[in-house]
Amino acid sequence: MNASFVETPAKTTAQPETAPRVHIAMAGQPAAPSGPVGEREIAVELKDVTCWYGSFRVVHDINVRVAAREVTALIGPSGSGKTTVLRTINRMNDLVSTFRLQGSILLHGQDLYAARTDPVEVRRRVGMVFQKPNPFPKSIFDNVAFGPRINGFKGNIGELVEASLRRAALWDEVKDKLKQSGMSLSGGQQQRLCIARAIATEPEVILMDEPCSSLDPRATLQIEELMAELKTRYTIVIVTHNMQQAARASDRTAFMTMGDDRAGFLVEQGPTIEIFTNPKNRLTEDYVSGRFG
Amino acid sequence: MTAASRPLTRRQPISERVIETFLFLAAALGVVTTVGIIIVLVAQAAEFFAQVNPIDFLTGTVWSASIQPFRFGVIPLVVGTLAVSLIALLVAVPLGLLAAVYLAEYATMRTRNLVKPMLETIAGIPTIVLGFFGLNFVTPHLLKPIFGSAIGTFNTLAGGLVVGLLITPLIASLSEDALRAVPRGLREGSLAMGATKFEMVRRVVFPAALSGVMASIILALSRAIGETMAVVLIVGTSPKLTFNPLESTQTMTAFIAQISAGDTPQGSIQFKSLFAVALVLFGLTLVLNLISNRIVRRYRNIY
Amino acid sequence: MTAVTPPAAAAPRFEPQLMRRKLSGTIFLGACLLAIGLLLLALILLLVSVLTAGVQWLDTQFLTSMPSRHPQNAGVLPAIVGSLEMGVIIGLITFPVGVAAAIYLQEYAADTFLNRLLRTNISNLAGVPSIIYGIFGLALFVRVLTLGDSLLAGALTLALLILPVVMIASMEALRAVPNSQREGALALGATRWQMVRGSVLPAAAPGILTGIILAMARAIGEAAPLIIVGAVGFVTFLPAPIGDRYTVLPIQIFDWASRPQSDFQGIAAAAIIVLLVLMVLLNALALVIRVRLSRNIQW
Repeated sequence: MNASFVETPAKTTAQPETAPRVHIAMAGQPAAPSGPVGEREIAVELKDVTCWYGSFRVVHDINVRVAAREVTALIGPSGSGKTTVLRTINRMNDLVSTFRLQGSILLHGQDLYAARTDPVEVRRRVGMVFQKPNPFPKSIFDNVAFGPRINGFKGNIGELVEASLRRAALWDEVKDKLKQSGMSLSGGQQQRLCIARAIATEPEVILMDEPCSSLDPRATLQIEELMAELKTRYTIVIVTHNMQQAARASDRTAFMTMGDDRAGFLVEQGPTIEIFTNPKNRLTEDYVSGRFG
Repeated sequence: MTAASRPLTRRQPISERVIETFLFLAAALGVVTTVGIIIVLVAQAAEFFAQVNPIDFLTGTVWSASIQPFRFGVIPLVVGTLAVSLIALLVAVPLGLLAAVYLAEYATMRTRNLVKPMLETIAGIPTIVLGFFGLNFVTPHLLKPIFGSAIGTFNTLAGGLVVGLLITPLIASLSEDALRAVPRGLREGSLAMGATKFEMVRRVVFPAALSGVMASIILALSRAIGETMAVVLIVGTSPKLTFNPLESTQTMTAFIAQISAGDTPQGSIQFKSLFAVALVLFGLTLVLNLISNRIVRRYRNIY
Repeated sequence: MTAVTPPAAAAPRFEPQLMRRKLSGTIFLGACLLAIGLLLLALILLLVSVLTAGVQWLDTQFLTSMPSRHPQNAGVLPAIVGSLEMGVIIGLITFPVGVAAAIYLQEYAADTFLNRLLRTNISNLAGVPSIIYGIFGLALFVRVLTLGDSLLAGALTLALLILPVVMIASMEALRAVPNSQREGALALGATRWQMVRGSVLPAAAPGILTGIILAMARAIGEAAPLIIVGAVGFVTFLPAPIGDRYTVLPIQIFDWASRPQSDFQGIAAAAIIVLLVLMVLLNALALVIRVRLSRNIQW
């Protein structure tokens, strides 16, 4: 890790928004690539992925391609297996002893589930932000420094912490109280702290599991604005229940639903605009127009 | 992008395996201790049983280890222990259960913060202090005024009372946990049918918690049986087969302590007899603990 | 339009007898309060009887002298020193071993037969009478390891006695740390040990430390196992961990309380007061630690 981490903070492009309704053009949507994924660099690719917990098949035949430095949203009703799919990308499902995966998942071409692959290293390169903010009961500084320290960071840790907090749009609010406990922050601040913590290990991909579901609307908006900045450096995959959020904040969307056998499957994926305004599949159209889910 | 092409392999450092091995060894110490205890007791008791017939030991009703003729029938010691323990239960079960029900169903936050520390204090008192209390207060100032000359300076009743005080917090806290574990739905359901609070407790909550309560009582019994210091000063050193709690007798634990603290030579038959008694004691408490665990485990799945 | 007539007044089918039932409830509550009152009374009587018997014997001479055949000259210093020495040694042993075992069982052990056996074994060991530990200590530490009647043998015996308690308390403290903390650490690329050391242990520290201190308080109050391994009640020097005979407060109390003269009962009571003060200090320490360290922790 040789890059210099001290930099001027990027300016936020704040766009005024009305509450977007699903079938209209997205307000504030940055120039989204509308071509097929094949034209873009692919960060993560799931090929024919099927997952089991013991004998229960959770999801099957998942084929998703996540383009680099974009926000890809996984949407779908409860039980469709979106979180399971998300957690395969950083091998967090391994924590359940009965979990099995068939198929392959490639991170920039490398197989995440190869026998020689170390899940610990995978998790350094693929960061995760959880549904409920989970800062450690340590100081703000130690929270952000935790990842680099355990991964053998050799460099100025103070600069790394500051840069990460800046990129998470939290620096100004905490720079005078870095020694205070991370748990003394508000919900939205805690979540941004968790984002800073994830960024500090220099991941290539950041996974977000419904990151705003326990936050108030203002904090939610802050996180969404942050995502727009973060994607200039990181690939982001986000699972969300909130369709409006997916429509607002993502470049590409993949829609999953639960089949009659209670296993989840991928229905359709593509540029967000198309998924929401011109979906090809009837199920997708029903979901995004609110007829079910 | 060079970062992306870095390999995902990183061999698990040796230190991780080493640490896990150390931790495992620490945990295995528990099994080693149990096995060690059993080996020691059995081996030493075997030496005793080489000289004394085990059947005579287990069924004999006279225990005379220091006075000729030597007789080693363990029944008086067992009866002495059980007598103390049963009196202790007679005290601790009502007091403990009433306290438990109060804490689980009636107490406010404020009263809870008074009662629970009190119980924890009683539980934290070193048992020798309880023995002192029994010797210097319970027998002379409590029992003698009631029973007069019918009661000796050393007697089973005082031992039972003191041990009862000792185990009451155990019954109280374990039973309180069992009562609290009863789901709210059961309570609300019965109240919604017009039951009074007492009826809800008596007819619904308490029966639902019964297995936990019983397990706590069995554990308390086991604790009472294994107690030494609280009884060694009070109950006496004259084991005899008697059911009169006003008389003196001796518990298994007190006998073991007496022989160890005294001048008995370590190779003598008296000294060896303490291992046989210890084996009986260990077996008894082990069986009770296993039964208690069984009850908890069998009925835990109901919710 | 037919008028709707209410049904004929039927004979009452319910006789709630609310008054009587509520009265039973009140009586029951009274019984509960009576029980608690009795317990409180017993506790007060105990403390008062000890205090009144012992406080007159409690002076600096008592605290700084050796035992003697004459109660007036007797002191409790070797016992205090012995108890403190023993406490330190016990703490040094049980802290690493107990916490390490708890970490293994709680964070590393999969749900295999062997590991379930280890767990049930711990709870069985916690129920073994303390005097049995004394017998085991006699065989292992005194004889096989030839430590003799030393304080070290006694400390090792008591360390074994409280080890299950420390393990159980530590396991509970570890269990109380929510999984979101573990996942947060793992998601950053931590190995299991890095996760435990960096995230789980610091969060469980207040509970673990409190458990250890309370277990040590219990060990300091124990006498039965020490009687078996050779502690004695008449030691007129300050014991070293190996090579000397030794005494601790509970043993000294036992020795004095076993003598019929009422003066000896008096100094036994005074020694009890010293022991109780020591226990109160330890419990207060545990409380302070728990409050101060868990200030930041709200799950």
